[in-house]
Amino acid sequence: MTIVFYVAGAVAVVSTALMITRLHAVHALLYLIVSLLAVSVVFYALGAPFIAALEVIIYAGAIMVLFVFVVMLLNLGEEAARAERALLKPSMWIGPLILAGILSAEFVYLLASGSGGSYGTSIIGPRGVGASLFGPYLIGVELASMLLLGGLVGAYHLGWGKTQKPEVR
Amino acid sequence: MEVIPMRDGFILAAALFALGLVGVLVRRNVIFILMSIEVMLNAAGLAFVVAGARWGQPDGQVVFLFILAMAAAEVSVGLALVLELYHQYKSLDTDAISRMKG
Repeated sequence: MTIVFYVAGAVAVVSTALMITRLHAVHALLYLIVSLLAVSVVFYALGAPFIAALEVIIYAGAIMVLFVFVVMLLNLGEEAARAERALLKPSMWIGPLILAGILSAEFVYLLASGSGGSYGTSIIGPRGVGASLFGPYLIGVELASMLLLGGLVGAYHLGWGKTQKPEVR
Repeated sequence: MEVIPMRDGFILAAALFALGLVGVLVRRNVIFILMSIEVMLNAAGLAFVVAGARWGQPDGQVVFLFILAMAAAEVSVGLALVLELYHQYKSLDTDAISRMKG
């Protein structure tokens, strides 16, 4: 039953290796998202369902949306339409599709087996993580919130741009 | 119920980390470098979760949450820097900014 862990790990390694060898950033992003989804399956197999959900929501969701946004923002121009046509060739998306298909087959297998899908020593859900997070690690939560605030201020300051400076006040 | 050996989890984390390191070292596009850093952070978090699952403690998952928050802050600032770099140099090549005036 540990086959889920090994298949997902193989998918993660293969998609990461393909990611760092792509020439275009959009193709690399597709493989990176597949890699993060595979690592999420690995987390689930290790008995960390809460972390698996967060991996999909925050890494493959929020952070990858930022990447896609920036890559597309830098892609503007007259050659963008031609580039878009080249991006949508089947040879470009068939690889991520196959790897994601393997992951979804694992998902169906986990649902069908009905065993909860956890093969670690024990399942630690959101309750255990939350009790630990807001118990002994409370100071870490505060530091993380300060770090996120610093990131917010820094990104806002950098993204302000020189063209908008005259409009201040 | 079979248990996944801790060694295999660490081998997977090390492989992902090595791939991310190779990506940082060989690519010159700053977007690829940021993506490879994401892979390396993810691999480090995977190692923490593997170790936490080995002893059945939630501490590994807690540290993964901290790594997640750090990655989010790092990516937001990093991508803002990428946009600024592109506006100033019209290029995403890191060799374009190999010399800093400070």
